[in-house]
Amino acid sequence: MFKTLPDAVCATVTITINGTPFLAPHGCTAAAALLLAGEMPTRTTPVSGEPRAPYCMMGVCFDCLMEIDGVANQQACLIPVADGMRINRQLGKVEIKI
Amino acid sequence: MSAAFDLVIVGAGPAGLAAATTATGLGLRTAVIDEQAEPGGQIYRGIESVSAHRPAHFAMLGPDYAAGLALVQRFRASGAQYLPLTSVWQIDSERNVFTRGNGRATRIGAKQILIATGAMERPVPVSGWTLPGVLTCGAAQTLLKSSGIVPDGRFVLAGCGPLLLLIAAQLVRAGVKPAAIIETRLNYLAALRHLPGFLAAPAYLGKGLRLISELRNAGVAIQSGARNLQLRGDDRVREIEYEWRGQTRRETADVVLLHQGIVPNMNLALSLRCEYTWDDAQRSFRPCLDAWGNTSVDGVQIAGDNGGIIGAQAAEFSGHLAALGAASSLAKISENERDRLARPLRAQLSGHLRARPFLDALYRPAQDIVAPRVAETIVCRCEEIRAGEIRRIVTEQGCPGPNQMKSFTRCGMGPCQGRLCGLTVVELIAECRGVPVSEVGYYRIRSPVKPITLGEIAGLEVDN
Repeated sequence: MFKTLPDAVCATVTITINGTPFLAPHGCTAAAALLLAGEMPTRTTPVSGEPRAPYCMMGVCFDCLMEIDGVANQQACLIPVADGMRINRQLGKVEIKI
Repeated sequence: MSAAFDLVIVGAGPAGLAAATTATGLGLRTAVIDEQAEPGGQIYRGIESVSAHRPAHFAMLGPDYAAGLALVQRFRASGAQYLPLTSVWQIDSERNVFTRGNGRATRIGAKQILIATGAMERPVPVSGWTLPGVLTCGAAQTLLKSSGIVPDGRFVLAGCGPLLLLIAAQLVRAGVKPAAIIETRLNYLAALRHLPGFLAAPAYLGKGLRLISELRNAGVAIQSGARNLQLRGDDRVREIEYEWRGQTRRETADVVLLHQGIVPNMNLALSLRCEYTWDDAQRSFRPCLDAWGNTSVDGVQIAGDNGGIIGAQAAEFSGHLAALGAASSLAKISENERDRLARPLRAQLSGHLRARPFLDALYRPAQDIVAPRVAETIVCRCEEIRAGEIRRIVTEQGCPGPNQMKSFTRCGMGPCQGRLCGLTVVELIAECRGVPVSEVGYYRIRSPVKPITLGEIAGLEVDN
């Protein structure tokens, strides 16, 4: 769905997306990494289960909500990737972990 | 009142950075809070990294982008405290600013607050706009600026506005060519009477014409005057359909980039109960401000596009002016000194503002774009409320406004807190009631305006 320009990547970090390792460009956001990986949808809605993916990339639409490092409902477009980061698709409603 | 800072600025775009530079220069203890990792806002996003590590991309993004580097460098040298990767989720009536960053919540005291949270793209409620692979033009520009990431496969830009043409040209320079630009109707006739002012403003016309000729020379097809956009797909977008000169046309697409101009991103200001008004020329609400950016709330100012769309260059001047206003309110400079320093800034600001009426008129979105006719079109993306349901509740149940609509439907009550549905909902209600939008009003916005966990609130740290 998206690709990196050949002269863009300086360094990469290893993250996992839905359990699969992925080399993401250093400094990109978690949402950008998902668009590169093409793992669509990145979530399904709690209301009807519709497929969704990042839309605004600037923190206003909340369609990029994902589970990042075990914490649900994170705005993936505002969080830079880091080595070892685990990003998981969020399906429907999130259960509260106590 | 003791406070850690004289001035806390929310947002590190052109207005916020300019204000911080001027404020620190006048002796104000200043902090700038921003959600991103680097200063620059959306317009100059990633500018430090791009200029340092991706020189080819820096050139490709053009001179208007490069112009932001000097602004960012002046800010870095100013001595203002900079809090990146930090959101503001509440400002209280004592001018305490509540932030969240790095998994921690903090309370920061301020004598004066400047909201410079800029603009966001106007919602584009067409059927299928929630499909994966449909993003805004601004999103594509963010990906290009911050990470050198571009659409892969067949992609289309749809809608209208200066940003749409700019990102199309930038992508062409990056070596990826859109399959088509599907441009919705422009209002040439309405814009014509504002042409003299536009021509008098610095360089705007030349820029626009250069972009269009750059795209045409690259062989990009621009279909102007398209109507009734519809996006189709399954688990992702596959096709865009539109009407053009009475024909129905289709383009297959892996990625669709939508745009209908930008509007103030007002949630933080609205949560403070700042007075606002309907701007019919820009077809959006904007806060009521005086000449120094003062809102109706004591000690709270607004600068830049957040006070009504003025563009990046004008935003910078409005930021400087707001800082002068803050310095005078805090008795760091006299009113005479404030006015003397403001004079050359105001002259430059009004020069840039001369371009606005033409742009506002030319790109003002049509009724069928802001109030979708297709009943199945999702209006509230979070709660999945459709245009037909909103119309039915207004006409059959007599729902008078957006706040009542929340009770009927949960519209605007999802995680985005109405940012992506508010304008559409009020336009639909106004149309169905047959009254002006100014009579309908907007959502009542409450904190927290950004998500925060109870654990983070419980661990609140106080910094004053």
